[in-house]
Amino acid sequence: MTTDAASHPQGSAPSQPDALVVSGVSHSFGEKRVLDTVSLTVPRGTFAVLLGPNGAGKSTLFSLITRLYDNVTGEIRILGNDVRRTPGAALQRLGVVFQSKTLDQDLSLQQNLLYHAALHGLGRPEAKRRAAEALDIVGLSDRAHEKVRNLSGGQSRRVEIARSLMHRPGCLLLDEPTVGLDIGSRESVINIVRGLVQRQGLGVLWATHLIDEIADTDLVIVLHKGKVLFSGQLPGFLAHTGAKSTREAFRIITGTTSTDEEAA
Amino acid sequence: MTVDIVRSDSAIEARYAAESPRRLGLLGYWACFRGIVWREVLRFLHQRERFFSALVRPLVWLFIFAAGFRQVLGVSIIPPYETYVLYEVYVVPGLVGMILLFNAMQSSLSMVYDRETGAMRTLLVSPFPRSFLLLSKLLGGVAVAAIQAYVFLGIFYFWEADISYPAHLALLAVPALLFTLLIFNAATEAFSETFIGRAITAAALAQIVILAGVIYYWQLPAPSMNYFTVLPALLLAGLMLGSLALFISSVIKQLENFAGVMNFVIFPMFFASSALYPLWRIRESSPLLYQICLINPFTYAVELIRFALYGQIGARLEDGSLDLTNLYVVTAYTVLFLAAAVYAYNPSKGLIARRGGPGGSA
Repeated sequence: MTTDAASHPQGSAPSQPDALVVSGVSHSFGEKRVLDTVSLTVPRGTFAVLLGPNGAGKSTLFSLITRLYDNVTGEIRILGNDVRRTPGAALQRLGVVFQSKTLDQDLSLQQNLLYHAALHGLGRPEAKRRAAEALDIVGLSDRAHEKVRNLSGGQSRRVEIARSLMHRPGCLLLDEPTVGLDIGSRESVINIVRGLVQRQGLGVLWATHLIDEIADTDLVIVLHKGKVLFSGQLPGFLAHTGAKSTREAFRIITGTTSTDEEAA
Repeated sequence: MTVDIVRSDSAIEARYAAESPRRLGLLGYWACFRGIVWREVLRFLHQRERFFSALVRPLVWLFIFAAGFRQVLGVSIIPPYETYVLYEVYVVPGLVGMILLFNAMQSSLSMVYDRETGAMRTLLVSPFPRSFLLLSKLLGGVAVAAIQAYVFLGIFYFWEADISYPAHLALLAVPALLFTLLIFNAATEAFSETFIGRAITAAALAQIVILAGVIYYWQLPAPSMNYFTVLPALLLAGLMLGSLALFISSVIKQLENFAGVMNFVIFPMFFASSALYPLWRIRESSPLLYQICLINPFTYAVELIRFALYGQIGARLEDGSLDLTNLYVVTAYTVLFLAAAVYAYNPSKGLIARRGGPGGSA
């Protein structure tokens, strides 16, 4: 493990860029405007919840950050690296857990992780070391040689988190990672990611439509119909809307009157 | 709580967030390329049904269709053949082309499927240039197709060698045993994955020993075709068909549309080509079909493979120079299809961006 801090003795300089900065990004598919001048910032060591109902534009935003397609307007920076101008450096610092299952079911956990390490240009010995380290973080070390097919939903999610950590990203995106998981698995997934924020100083953007996943210390970003309606700490969110509960605050700010459980 | 925050602040300096982007040198590119090809081959080896059906398809054509057509269709002496050849011999390059074609379309199917499950997205978040990633993925598919082509050519070798009675049994014993074991296990699940995996490895090794033994004991002649010079032709033709398939994969939206790909791409390309009958025969029966065959890239891929199987690049022309049409046309189509595929997957201009992206998003 060669730390780059060694080559930069003044590595703790004050000018440390934020994990993720999105500023003034809009996107349309044909006539339909899916994102409207979206701006948000996720500092390092922050767990940010991107809260929005289905169709709010979360997935489009993720596609833009992961450079599936380019942002035509505005700017996206991952630890200071512009996604359009220096995509290689930006993607190197970015870890992603997609909403859909993306592991090879017929391959073992370790084979899946090694494939991902190769995609980041890591050599075999280093990749194996990191696979062991990443599986240790998510608590699946003893199952490294099992096929993914044999895992439960929550366990495969944890493998996907392990995979996203293989290249040691500074910014982690998770697109509705708890969908379809039971309560126990949900908690373990959330705790693993919160642990990463604390210990590794990651900036995490956690997209969800489940309000009970928000903790008091989280940064709350509300995305609705392609617009960012609020960005700040949870107490500020409640004060801003004058609501007593997060659920109520969300209803007030998005102007949805119905108690639409799926949206809230 | 404040204590926690202070502690996490100091930890920031040390770990992931503090790392800076590494330089992606040549070794990195090599590791990435190797990793992508390795995954394609590994996935293929784990899909036994796919391997089996990929092998059965050309064998059915060879043993049933070609055997039946032997009397119907006489093939006159045309380059690269120097004597009259059996129809079975004529059709081999076409069937090798068929293996490449089906594989290319199958990996395009898997790419559509990948795109829907998101595996294509995991590939595309790699920091390497997208064209490099797509090319690596294509070559992974070509490697898988080449493995199948060689197994097919190997079987053809033993068919052609016309071996005498007990040799058949020796050759077929291990595959038959393995097949029985797999069927038995599929029905009863009596054995573990690891056991089956080891049984397959052992069977493969045993089969290699038996093959060598049969060749040695029955003094089989060297193959009539050159299995080494065909490799570059396999790679180039595979790359051409793969990039065509990759481009198609960016255009078709739904998984079910593979049936459409079969009807509108695979069958026309295969039948309107020189795979099953020489072009002069086609010209005799239909000048229009002949013209269609002449623009069909698959025709040139098959002819390239045909000549390569005899250690040649093309026919010798009357003035003594080599006819390099096949090589040029296949190369040109490869460049064209590859450019189209890279364009389609380009984040700012590509078809994906315009259409609203791979499965589920937006």
